[in-house]
Amino acid sequence: MDEKRLLSGNEALAIGAWEAGVAVGVGYPGTPSTEILENLAKMAGVRAEWAPNEKVALEVGAGVSLGGARALVTMKHVGLNVAADPLFTLAYTGVGAGLVLVVADDPGMHSSQNEQDTRNYAAFARVPLLEPSDSAEARELLMRAFELSERLDMPVIVRSTTRLAHSKSMVEPGARVERAVAAYDSRPAKYVMMPGNAKKRRVHLEKRLLAAREASEELAVRGLEMRDTSLGVITAGVPYQYVREAAPEASVLKLAMTFPLPEAAIRDFASKVDRLVVVEELDPYLKSNLRVMGIQFDDPGLPAIGELRPGHVAAAFGVPASQGREPMDDLPPRPPMLCPGCPHRGVFAALRKLDVAVMGDIGCYTLGALAPLKAMDATICMGASIGMAHGMELAGGAGVRPVVAVIGDSTFAHSGLTGLMEVTYNGGTTTTIILDNRITAMTGHQDNPFSGRTLMGMPAREIDIEAVVRALGIEHVRTVNPNLLKPTEKAIAEETARGEASVIIARAPCALLIRDHPDPFAVDEDACTKCGECVRLGCPAISRNKKAIAVIDTSLCVGCRQCVQVCKSGAIVRVGPSCDTPGVK
Amino acid sequence: MPVTTVMLVGVGGQGTILAGDVLAKVAAASGLDVKLSEVHGMSQRGGSVDTQVRFGDKVFSPVADPGDVDHLVAFEMIEAARALHFLKPQGRLVVNKRVIEPLPVLIGEYGATVGVEVILTFEEGGVMIEADELACEAGSPRSANIVLLGAMSVGLPFEADLWRDVIAKRVPPATVEGNLAAFEAGRAACATGACETEGECGA
Repeated sequence: MDEKRLLSGNEALAIGAWEAGVAVGVGYPGTPSTEILENLAKMAGVRAEWAPNEKVALEVGAGVSLGGARALVTMKHVGLNVAADPLFTLAYTGVGAGLVLVVADDPGMHSSQNEQDTRNYAAFARVPLLEPSDSAEARELLMRAFELSERLDMPVIVRSTTRLAHSKSMVEPGARVERAVAAYDSRPAKYVMMPGNAKKRRVHLEKRLLAAREASEELAVRGLEMRDTSLGVITAGVPYQYVREAAPEASVLKLAMTFPLPEAAIRDFASKVDRLVVVEELDPYLKSNLRVMGIQFDDPGLPAIGELRPGHVAAAFGVPASQGREPMDDLPPRPPMLCPGCPHRGVFAALRKLDVAVMGDIGCYTLGALAPLKAMDATICMGASIGMAHGMELAGGAGVRPVVAVIGDSTFAHSGLTGLMEVTYNGGTTTTIILDNRITAMTGHQDNPFSGRTLMGMPAREIDIEAVVRALGIEHVRTVNPNLLKPTEKAIAEETARGEASVIIARAPCALLIRDHPDPFAVDEDACTKCGECVRLGCPAISRNKKAIAVIDTSLCVGCRQCVQVCKSGAIVRVGPSCDTPGVK
Repeated sequence: MPVTTVMLVGVGGQGTILAGDVLAKVAAASGLDVKLSEVHGMSQRGGSVDTQVRFGDKVFSPVADPGDVDHLVAFEMIEAARALHFLKPQGRLVVNKRVIEPLPVLIGEYGATVGVEVILTFEEGGVMIEADELACEAGSPRSANIVLLGAMSVGLPFEADLWRDVIAKRVPPATVEGNLAAFEAGRAACATGACETEGECGA
């Protein structure tokens, strides 16, 4: 591996970890971080694991590090909320072998419920943070992060963003440096964080932070690009690329480490340029710190909400925007939607029909909130559905509407079990619907503790959801096939009327997991009564023609039969596969 | 060589990501600096998707702004219209002559889109390609993305053999023949079809 390759940020991060001799990669899938471990899992000499959640992943990483081997822990930004508990105290204990977290932020919320800025976590937890600006630097800084982690005796965060993770650029990979696992040496004063020890480590942390600040100054020297001094820009990460594009002649201080900040390098740079501008994405993190340092800069008002674009930066430097056409504003939106044949659709169709208040969760099934199903009342974070449904009950419920929690299989493993324990323990009557589609679907089909396979592609003990639920004290557990609409509706109606806690497991594989679909269906135009029941399922394969007759796009239909079950006139009939005009109207 | 930006837009699942990857690899194999940007995750579930590929002697930003795109390749006509403001006034437009109605239209919350094809064809001078039909004729019904690559390739400064090499390496082995046939169908459509009248091909 010595030639240049076109790699995504996520591929480059995996390669950087591999070259650094990482022994174990562990994480929980989450866009835009998922492909890091998927790539690492294919590389020789590394063990890669999906953990049930990010907290467990970081704890595994801490154990690997304590045991003397290098560990990489990956997650999306909101995953760090889950892993924050071990992180804050790992800053006190420090590490054995290198411990590096890659945390992927999602400015603009392409695939997330919020756009929290991980730089704040680094400062809050007092953990060094590095920010690569392209794939080559992602590889390089990942290797540097391991070295720093060991030198500073601290976990190190590498902050990625969607635009780094899912952009490709040229990378020159190198060879892996194998690392011997250090002999284990028990050091309770360093690792047992009871108050007596923690008080000492708290003081020691400040000493290590001073060393981290020196490392930050060293890295800043490498990021200093003096050109025309009439404009100087302090920036980090992908925004650096926008700065270079918009103002190629400007002097730039590119910060590789944004916590701790290299104060001396920043002061020095500020003194050398006439106009100083700070370019950063999301929170005014650098700006706030410069203000605290008492450094004057020009604030052209770059957006602090959403993803930064090169045009924002160009405008800040007074570069006129390109003249293009006016955007067309009368186009229909195209939101994401449940796929043709998605088994979740059967559950949401029933929930809508029964007018149930639905506490939702994070996954493809969050799309059940959109028209025409519109069968979700709330979605906050991973695992929130069950606790919220119980809370609704404590508040007196949702009027006459029954309340249910709806949660996916992987999300249930992630953080649904504790919610269910809450219901049982406190005598709640919540009905929880576990949408078991046999995979972690939204992030692109990752395995999980209920799927029976590991990240390395090996068979695993498939944890029995029914047994878990019963063990958590739920007596009323039933399993339905959500592609069968009537039985699904009956199960929901009965369990929500029961007055005792219950769980319905709606089990059918993700439609995208099925390779050989049955033949598609089509509409018998003469039999169609134009009632619209099939259209109300919100299947992308079903529309109406100008005469309001239902039409099925046979190139999209996967033959799931859900629409056949809602058609009162028997107008939807099986047809053979066709390649004459695939999906062309 | 100054930076050229190609934007591929379509509907999640249409193969824009693979097409963008092929283009980026062709540019890289030509010795140019390349950056490619795409978005994965939730938006792939049948939503609007876009990929940008930028190549030249040195590329900084992985994305370009409205008004800065040299080639817009649309896999679907509503998405072509949605992204049209990204195209430079004199940029090249290649469009798959297909409409995939978004869910809000299918369920009647939005009226069907009318007039988009006329705008793209006559006002914007788009190279209109019946990519799905051509892919089917080439014996590879799922290769409409490669047909569009073929049509796009006529307007880019890379050798046809280089495209063929990269496609053959990038697609699943069992589909190489079909995809190469799809690529030729796209090139042929562009050489004899709409672009002849517009006089834009091979620029």
